[in-house]
Amino acid sequence: MTTEVANQEVGYLEAFRARQEAIAVGGAAWVARLRESALDRFEELGFPSVKEEEWKYTNVAPITKLGFEYARAVSGSDITSADVARLGCVEAQNSQLVFVNGALREDLSSLEDLPAGMVVMDLVQAIADEKHHDVIREHLARGVDYNANGFIALNTAMIASGAFILIPRETELEKPLCLLFIADAGAGTVASFPRVLVVAEQNSRATLVESYISAAEGINFTNAVVEINLQDGARLEHYKVQRESIEAFHVATTGVNLGPNSSYDSTTINFGAQLSRHDIAVRMAHEGAECWVDGLYVVSSGQHTDTHSVIDHQKPHCTSHQLYKGILDGKSRAVFNGKIFVRHGAQKTDAMQTNKNLLLSKEARVDTKPQLEILADDVKCAHGAAVGQIDEDELFYLETRGIHSELARNLLTYGFAEEVIGKIKVDSIRAQLDAAVLNRLNAHLEA
Amino acid sequence: MLEIRNLHAAVDGNPILKGINLTVKKGEIHAIMGPNGSGKSTLAKVLAGHPAYEVTEGEVLYEGKNLLEMPTDERAREGVFMAFQYPIEVPGVSNAQFLRLAYNEKRKHLGEEELDPLEFKDLLKERAKIVDMDASFMTRSVNEGFSGGEKKRNEILQMAVLEPKLAILDETDSGLDIDALRIVAGGVNYLHNSENAVVLVTHYQRLLNYIVPDYVHVLANGRIAREGGKELALELEEKGYDWITSAAAA
Repeated sequence: MTTEVANQEVGYLEAFRARQEAIAVGGAAWVARLRESALDRFEELGFPSVKEEEWKYTNVAPITKLGFEYARAVSGSDITSADVARLGCVEAQNSQLVFVNGALREDLSSLEDLPAGMVVMDLVQAIADEKHHDVIREHLARGVDYNANGFIALNTAMIASGAFILIPRETELEKPLCLLFIADAGAGTVASFPRVLVVAEQNSRATLVESYISAAEGINFTNAVVEINLQDGARLEHYKVQRESIEAFHVATTGVNLGPNSSYDSTTINFGAQLSRHDIAVRMAHEGAECWVDGLYVVSSGQHTDTHSVIDHQKPHCTSHQLYKGILDGKSRAVFNGKIFVRHGAQKTDAMQTNKNLLLSKEARVDTKPQLEILADDVKCAHGAAVGQIDEDELFYLETRGIHSELARNLLTYGFAEEVIGKIKVDSIRAQLDAAVLNRLNAHLEA
Repeated sequence: MLEIRNLHAAVDGNPILKGINLTVKKGEIHAIMGPNGSGKSTLAKVLAGHPAYEVTEGEVLYEGKNLLEMPTDERAREGVFMAFQYPIEVPGVSNAQFLRLAYNEKRKHLGEEELDPLEFKDLLKERAKIVDMDASFMTRSVNEGFSGGEKKRNEILQMAVLEPKLAILDETDSGLDIDALRIVAGGVNYLHNSENAVVLVTHYQRLLNYIVPDYVHVLANGRIAREGGKELALELEEKGYDWITSAAAA
C-alpha cells in the first residue's frame, strides 16, 4: 500500500515537473525561484490527508487517483465565442477575461468597457512588464502562503497563466469585471491552476465575478488561488461562482487583505463538482474595515463540498458578517468550518457568523463547526449553526393556500437559497443561479 | 355548505374537541367564541387540515363531500380558507410570487387558464386596495418583517385573491389596533356575499362590532355550550365566560 502511494506520488511529481518546465515563465528570476521552492514544498507535503485536522472530513484521494498524464501539458479546446456568450456574464461581455483549461484566451476576451488606467492582463505578461513588476512582487504569494498545504504549493509551482488586476485609486468600475474559467474536458481529463492577483488602490470601487464552469461533462481538476488586496477605503464586491461538471474536482483558496476603512463583500456559490473545497481567509489588519463573507452550497447525490473560512480581526473597529447556507439532497455531504479570531487589542470588533443547512434527504450529512476565539474584551460577537429539514409550519401554511405539497417544499427550498442569491447585485448571475436552483428542484416558478 | 357532526379531535393523544355539531350555510356569518383552551382554534385547524390534529370521531361534510379525507392543499383549492392567528413568515419568497402561485393552482384546479405575471399584477393591485396595502408589500418576502397588523392584513389580502367559499378567520382580531381592525373587518365585509360563508373564531366581542354574525356559538371544554344570535356576544362581553364554563362543567 505504502509503495503504491509512493509510486503515485513520484508519478504526479514527474508530471508536474514536466508541466512546470513546459510553462516556463522566463524573465523574472524570483518567480522561477518561487515556483521551484513551491514545487519542493509540494514534494514534502503531498496532497492533504484526512489525518490533518483541516482536512479530516474531506478525502482528496480521488484526485490523486486520476493518473497524472493529463497534468503534463495544457490541453487544447475548441471553445468558441458562442460558448462564451452562453457561459459568461452578459453584463461583463466587454469586461471579461476568458480562460479555457487554465490558459488565457485573448481572442475570447474583451476589456473595452473598462475605464482608462485599469489594468487587467495576463499575470505572466504583467510580471514581465516593468510598470507592474514591483507591485506584483510586493503582493504575489504574500496573501496566500504556499507552505500551508499541498494544493496551494502546487498552484504556486504552476504560476503561469492567470490574471493581474489593478484598480487605480479613486476609480469606479461601472460594469462588473468577470474572470471566466471554462473547463473543457471534451478531449479527456484536464487540470488547471488559475492564479489571480487583485490590487485595489485607495477609494477604488469594483465588482469582481470569478466564475468556474464546465463546457462539457467530464473530469476536470481545478486548483485556483486568488489573492486580493484592498487599500485604504477601497470597496470590492466579489462573487465566486462554481458550477463545474458533476465529475469535476474543484479546490480553491482565496486570501484577502483589508486595508483601513476598506469594504469587502463576497458571496461564494458552490453548485458543481463531485468534490469541492474552498478556503477563504480575510485578514483585517487595519482599523475600520468591514467584510461580508457569505455563501451558498447546493449539493445532491455523489457530491461533497467543504468550506473553510477564517476571518481574522487583528485591529480595532472592524466589522465582519458571515452567512453561509447549504442545501443537501440525496446522499451528499457538506462541511462548514468557520473560524473567527479576535486578536489582543482588537477592541470594538463586531463579528456575526451564521451557518444554516437544509437537509432534503435522510442520507445527507453536514459537519458544521463555527468557532470563535476572542482575545479582546470589548467586542460584540455572535455565532451559530443550524441543521434542519423543511419547516412543517411553513409547509402547512403554503398548503392551506392550495399549493401542492411537493411544490410547497420546492418553494420553501428556493426561499432558503434566496437569502443568499437575493443579495447578488449582478442581475444575470442572480437569474442563472435562480434557474439552477429551480432546475435542481425540478420546479417551475417564475419571479 | 359545511356540516360538522359529532367532531372529536386530539393533539398528542389529548382530546380537545369532544363532540362538535355545527351547520354553516352559504351567505351566513358564524362566530365561534370561548375562553382560552376551549378548543376554538383547534376547530379552525382541524377544518384546515393541520397534521398535528387527529380526528378521533365524527365527520365533516363540505359541499356534500368528506372534508376530512381531502389533503390540506385540496381543501384550499376547493374553496376552504383559514386566516392564521399567527401568520407564518416565508423567507425568500415574495408575496406576489406566492400569491400568484396559489391563485394559479386554484385556477388550474378549476380548469381555468393561469394568469401570467403581468395579468396577475393588475389583479393583485386591485385586491390590495381592499385592505389598503401598499405595492411595496408585494415584492417583500411573505410576512417577513411585517408588523402584527400587516400580517393580518396580508391574510385578508390572500383571502381577497383566492376568493374562498368558506373563510375561517382564526383570532384575526388579536393584536390589532383599532385602525387595523377596521381595515381587516372592512375587507372581510367587502368580500362576504350571499354565495360564501365566514366563520370567525374570536375571544372578544370587539370584532363582532365590525363584522356582524348571524349566529354565535360558545365553546367550553371542547363542546358547544351555548348558541344564539349576535346578542349572545354582547351578553358574554358583559358577564364573561365563567357562567357558561361553570354551567358546562356542571
